[in-house]
Amino acid sequence: MTALLLRDLKLSVRAGGGALIGVLFFMTVVAVIPFGVGPDLNLLSRIGPAIVWIGALLSALLGLDRMFQTDREDGSLDLILMQEHPLALTVLIKCLAHWLGNGLPLVIASPLLGLFMNMSEVAIGATMLTLLVGTPALTFIGAVGAAVAVALPRGGLLVSILVLPLAIPVLIFGVSASYAAVEDPAPFMPPFLILVAITMFFAVIGPIGAALALRNTAD
Amino acid sequence: MPESLAITKISDLANPTRFLGLAARILPWMAGITAILFAIGLYLTFSSEGDYQQGMTVRIMYVHVPAAWLSMMCYSVMAMSAIGTLVWRHPLADVSHKTAAPLGAAFTLIALATGSLWGKPMWGTWWVWDARLTSVFVLFLMYLGLIALNRAMDDPGKAARVSAVLILVGFVNIPIIKFSVDWWNTLHQPASVIRLDGPTIDKEFLWPLLIMAVAFTLLFFTLHIAAMRNEIWRRRVSAQRRMAARMAGHAPVKTSAKEA
Repeated sequence: MTALLLRDLKLSVRAGGGALIGVLFFMTVVAVIPFGVGPDLNLLSRIGPAIVWIGALLSALLGLDRMFQTDREDGSLDLILMQEHPLALTVLIKCLAHWLGNGLPLVIASPLLGLFMNMSEVAIGATMLTLLVGTPALTFIGAVGAAVAVALPRGGLLVSILVLPLAIPVLIFGVSASYAAVEDPAPFMPPFLILVAITMFFAVIGPIGAALALRNTAD
Repeated sequence: MPESLAITKISDLANPTRFLGLAARILPWMAGITAILFAIGLYLTFSSEGDYQQGMTVRIMYVHVPAAWLSMMCYSVMAMSAIGTLVWRHPLADVSHKTAAPLGAAFTLIALATGSLWGKPMWGTWWVWDARLTSVFVLFLMYLGLIALNRAMDDPGKAARVSAVLILVGFVNIPIIKFSVDWWNTLHQPASVIRLDGPTIDKEFLWPLLIMAVAFTLLFFTLHIAAMRNEIWRRRVSAQRRMAARMAGHAPVKTSAKEA
């Protein structure tokens, strides 16, 4: 399991992996927003947490379809399917590796983008914290989409369409927790705890669903 | 035991020919009853007086509300079929959830469109990001995604199993989406949320509504069974075409073998 984790991590960090591309895409999406809405700093600081979250959501989707596809191309997916460990556990490990490779860089890059968006320190901290807790959920949901994509000749875009509606709750609670940290009357903890609960929930549902899909797509 | 009897009944239906026979027998009846109910329901709809506040537009409700109910019922039917596909490998379940997806999308679209038409005179806007509108819209997107997924794969068996997984994951998700969207709206626009609760329903409205709801439900099942029948025939035709192509491919090989 550790070997699998390290292997996937190495693959995602080295050339051809999606880690850097994901961060670049994240920055590009966020950088494009001021061109669309205008360089009004007050407005940007108000919509900042939402923009950072949407950017993170989109870039988390970017590398998803490759999660199992590369393993299928070089044949290691068949080996993974044949081994004795429960498949859901293997998928969970793969999700973790994928998150460490693709999700964590987004979280680390988010404070910088928060500065660009003229967000306050508290808002930046809250957004980073919610991203840290929320992006694993995106990976777990995405794993189901990625497993489905294995069966498709050209999966990429369809996976995003299938996964995005399911990711809406994560976005809602992530953004509302970030806002709650800044705006006084709303408490921070309830939406944050719900976000944690959603992540835990998908940590169970995602790998099981993905394992089921992988077993069924195997020829 | 009645339970095991029900199970054997359902597994009897796994034979497509038996299903086709049953479909042929009950479809005319269902279509007839649906037509009669629609006639009664529409007559009641148009003969009833309008609401004192909403006037004529209240009649949109008789289409809008049943369609919205059905959009959710259809997803439940799909989820049950998905379980049938994954657990029992029931061949009809594959066909069932594949053909239900476009129907569900259609009913959801009707609900959205009529709701929008109703919203314009009543709320003064075509669309509000109200909790219920948003979650129905997400449901619509999920239907379209499932249809696209089914179309993207050549092998019907594999497509059915993969989309069954996705249907089930989506089914678990629908309550979460619903709940989270509710929550999101109550946080951000507590006072101004316009609800779709409608008027407190009077008997005058209730009866036509119930009849229309039953009519819509029957319409759904009629269309669903008809669509399943068409899908089975379509698969048979394509299987026979493949077989014919295989025969055509084999014929020259045989002759060449004889020559040798």
